[in-house]
Amino acid sequence: MKIFVNGRQTDIEGPVTVSRLLTLQEVKMPQMVSVELNGQILRPGQFESTLVTEGDNVEFIYFMGGGRWT
Amino acid sequence: MDLTDRQVERYSRQIILQQVGGKGQQRLLAARVLVIGAGGLGSPVALYLAAAGIGTIGIVDGDRVDVTNLQRQIIHHTCDIGVEKVESAAAKMRAINPDVEVRTYSQRVTAANIMDIVSDYDFVIDGTDNFAAKFLINDACCLAKRPFSHAGILRFEGQLTTILPGTSACYRCVFHQPPPTNAVPSCSQAGVLGTVAGVIGCLQATEAIKYLLGIGQLLTDAILVFDAMTCTFRRIPVRRADDCPVCGPNATIKEPIDLDGPLCDLKVPTDVGDP
Repeated sequence: MKIFVNGRQTDIEGPVTVSRLLTLQEVKMPQMVSVELNGQILRPGQFESTLVTEGDNVEFIYFMGGGRWT
Repeated sequence: MDLTDRQVERYSRQIILQQVGGKGQQRLLAARVLVIGAGGLGSPVALYLAAAGIGTIGIVDGDRVDVTNLQRQIIHHTCDIGVEKVESAAAKMRAINPDVEVRTYSQRVTAANIMDIVSDYDFVIDGTDNFAAKFLINDACCLAKRPFSHAGILRFEGQLTTILPGTSACYRCVFHQPPPTNAVPSCSQAGVLGTVAGVIGCLQATEAIKYLLGIGQLLTDAILVFDAMTCTFRRIPVRRADDCPVCGPNATIKEPIDLDGPLCDLKVPTDVGDP
């Protein structure tokens, strides 16, 4: 199926769960990502139960702080 | 208050802009903007806002200038090492533009002080480097109904969004809560290119000026992500979340909370400074 991940068209076998997509896309620290599916922000608890299907638009939005955690 | 001849001359290049004009300049001179963090983001923000003639600029930071800051925190000079960042920043802002009243807060924002500080300003800039402060600023600005610009930078990337509390998506609509401490990458691995802070900081200052003038379209309900490596900007649309704990209909956060406890236990070498 064809989906869009961060604006880029990607061809993967699917449907897949959001959790699986995070793995397939090699997101190393999924805890540092907020996922938006077709304009809707998902909460981490929904990653396992939400399916990504043909034509979906997925955005991985990363936590971005700075160089030091104080 | 009418502009003096000197002010008309000083600001002539922006007064000449139809969307600014003399009225717009008077607005800027009457405006109050708070810059939280005098680091990588706060440096260009404070310099440009001072140059643009924002009448009152508050600057908050509890740190002193360190040699490792100088690569990106361009408001601080080599001779400022060891000086309180707010004093170093205030000196440059006053030197650029004596019209500006600079108010310094040599402290960190906390749940105890933030409401009083942000309430005195028309617009707030989040130029901080840590999630505890970012969530605190978001919550306080939402509770105090103060518009603000959120930004973050890391390595070769940066992102920002403008938040009009009660109207557009807030930081917690996108990120419910701070990441777990063990997920936060070690800062010795992180680093940041100084110019990325400059790019993002300039955009934050631009948003503040647009808001104060009431011109253009603000970067609301969208996160703009900058990738220096490919020199691309992507705009990710976001929406207000019904389950947002601070700006949603069933909000549970009614007052600012300090989150720094669990986020503070990651000890990092002092050679990695704030953004």
